[in-house]
Amino acid sequence: MDFEFIRGNVPLYVEAAGITLRISFLGILLSTVIGLLCSLVKVFKIPVLGFVVNCYIEISRNTPLLIQLFFLYFGLPKLGIVLSSEGCAITGLAFLGGSYMAEAFRTGIEQVPKIQTETGLSLGLTKWQVFLHIILPQAIATSVPVFCANIIFLIKETSVFSAVALADLMFVAKDLIGIYYKTDEALFMLVTAYLMILLPISLLCSWVERRVRYAEFGNSSAVPGK
Amino acid sequence: MKQEVILTTKNLKKSYDNEQLVLKDMSFSLEKGEVVVVVGPSGCGKSTFLRCLNMLEPIDSGTISFKDQVIERDRKDAYTIRQKIGMVFQSYDLFPHLTILGNILLAPLKVQKREKQELIQEAEQLLKRVGLLDKKDAYPRQLSGGQKQRVAIVRALMMHPEILLLDEITAALDPEMVREVLQVVLELAKEGMTMVIVTHEMEFAKAVSDRVLFMDQGLVVEEGKPEDFFTSPQTERAKQFLNTFHYEAI
Repeated sequence: MDFEFIRGNVPLYVEAAGITLRISFLGILLSTVIGLLCSLVKVFKIPVLGFVVNCYIEISRNTPLLIQLFFLYFGLPKLGIVLSSEGCAITGLAFLGGSYMAEAFRTGIEQVPKIQTETGLSLGLTKWQVFLHIILPQAIATSVPVFCANIIFLIKETSVFSAVALADLMFVAKDLIGIYYKTDEALFMLVTAYLMILLPISLLCSWVERRVRYAEFGNSSAVPGK
Repeated sequence: MKQEVILTTKNLKKSYDNEQLVLKDMSFSLEKGEVVVVVGPSGCGKSTFLRCLNMLEPIDSGTISFKDQVIERDRKDAYTIRQKIGMVFQSYDLFPHLTILGNILLAPLKVQKREKQELIQEAEQLLKRVGLLDKKDAYPRQLSGGQKQRVAIVRALMMHPEILLLDEITAALDPEMVREVLQVVLELAKEGMTMVIVTHEMEFAKAVSDRVLFMDQGLVVEEGKPEDFFTSPQTERAKQFLNTFHYEAI
């Protein structure tokens, strides 16, 4: 192992990690917004939009991210839409993540017992108030574990972005291998970099999951009367 | 003296999934200050009836009126009328993510937009009355079933409902907790709260009610004053039903 080489290339990796983090952050933020909107469409069973959302979710979940990126990077320009590498990466991540987030939120919402809605309505709250003040807080709490798993999954998926010429961690590692043939060192640094990003996030997620456990308690499983 | 009628149903019919009728033909009226207890075997439609009164269930035909105003589930004013008809369910369904005070204040704050300080005072008074003032900052999971159910009653009362519907509120409770909840209901009755109560507690029904409806298979089979109904029921079906609550010594 050439430690001199490793030390010399740290700045390169730090810069690349910055790009990976930025893309991840923006992509995940967009995924969350898309996911929330899609889950609302599905939960409230909005007619036409519901069909569109279903199509989106199936396409997004059943095609590899790499193929989605190729479509954005090589396919769209043929239709006159040109995205930068970064634009492609963020859009691709959001497209993939949105469907996973949608499913996470939908499951969370559907796990809140129906009686909670009925109680809210019988107190005179409107459907929207019931959703906002009663269902959503509980749904978010139940969605947290899946939401966190999705975040980690999406950050790991960013490793394919080098395919659309984005100078992320994977790109830098491949570059170093290509130029200097220092495969061991470059890959060692790559693994270390991903671990340094993902471990803290993973720990943070476990902490948040413990904090929101209240949603598991106090719910009664009794069914409304016949 | 004729009292004011505040809730009536006419020829109410209701089925689930267009199959067998759960409510066959319910005509009913409730006077202000009256306590009506609905009893009957499981599946007779008494809970469904209560849920229809609060528009939680769509009805097939017939009408429900609140103070001469016909109410419908899909109309905008359903929300305003629901504020005046409070309901407490069998499962103590407090909102688990809110404290006891949070549970109680949510609807008056969001729906009636009342002053928070004033609401807190009123909530504390009511909690004190049901013996739960020290729990106001606790979360529902820290309470026993009986305590949760008393909070649920307070939560409904905070909206100042004109009618309170109680749907088997002690059915999911341990026996020793039943009394603490029913005591609260008895006091409400004494104060003149108008209530429709579905219950399996016959002694309680006898004590609290002004009128008893006995339902079977989606119909009111017998109706009368509690002292008459429980001691000398007229119909065969009611006699059978009341007999199931008696045990002979071996």
